Amino acid sequence: MKLFINGEEMIVPDNVTNVEKLLDYFNLNNKAGIVERNQVIVDRSLHAEESVTNEDRIEIVHFVGGG
Amino acid sequence: MLTIANRNFHSRLLLGTGKYPDYSIQKQAVEVSEAEILTFSVRRMNIFEADQPNFLEMIDTDRYTLLPNTAGAKTAEEAVRTAKLAKASGLCDMIKVEVIGDQRTLLPDPIETLKASKILLEEGFIVLPYTSDDVMLAKRLQDLGVHAIMPGASPIGSGQGIINPLNLQFIVEQSTVPVIVDAGIGSPADAAQAMEIGADGVLLNTAVSQAEDPVKMARAMKLSIQGGRLGYEAGRIPKKTYATASSPTEGMSIG
Repeated sequence: MKLFINGEEMIVPDNVTNVEKLLDYFNLNNKAGIVERNQVIVDRSLHAEESVTNEDRIEIVHFVGGG
Repeated sequence: MLTIANRNFHSRLLLGTGKYPDYSIQKQAVEVSEAEILTFSVRRMNIFEADQPNFLEMIDTDRYTLLPNTAGAKTAEEAVRTAKLAKASGLCDMIKVEVIGDQRTLLPDPIETLKASKILLEEGFIVLPYTSDDVMLAKRLQDLGVHAIMPGASPIGSGQGIINPLNLQFIVEQSTVPVIVDAGIGSPADAAQAMEIGADGVLLNTAVSQAEDPVKMARAMKLSIQGGRLGYEAGRIPKKTYATASSPTEGMSIG
């Protein structure tokens, strides 16, 4: 399956069917990341219910140092 | 006591978390500053280097109020999007609205800042806009219901201090919400000046993080903000053109 993650085209296995599995795939599940799928924020409690489908645009952001 | 949207803070120093030499120094600087509000930015995660340390993971987030900014936004729409992402972290409901209009000076776009603030207030955020030091703009933002006004002292990271103290004074005098001087502070004297003018707080980052000794500078800023505030509350003497003797003029044994 082809996804655009943080602006980059990536191929992930077809068994990555939801946001929770996607974060697992990249070892990000214990990170304080915030996920947006096709410009809609996915609530943290709904990661397992939010499907990931071919050509989705996913943003994974977090807090970094700033003023 | 600094009160923002019914939340009380003992410290009047709000500290940024960018550009420190390393996390150990940063942690010490934050500790020594006694700041209770820390600013952050929202950025894309490097998903292939997820194990990279992140400052947020090193601090007890229950001890601090996180104030994410919308830095990077050039329009109200982008600022709103970033603010919503920040809130979705579940770690905060405050937002520093920062919409930059000009990339060379990094001065805010007041029109877009106003627009973004309005939308975010409607969405229930606690809104602290970083603005130009313009009294009418401050009033307009206040009328919207923002929870603090954050006028810049001088361009971000420039360390030029308060370029227009009179404008800052005008903003402070008419303000019905806390005024936090944000951006451009270079030295403890600048921070003290802001407080003596009557600002309710100071938000700074580079002045500490890029100082030769950030930990010592964090302490200096804390003390100068406390000193400046005390001076404001104590009420300074008016300036006079000529001298007035401090010692009595009567009972002198000579002359």
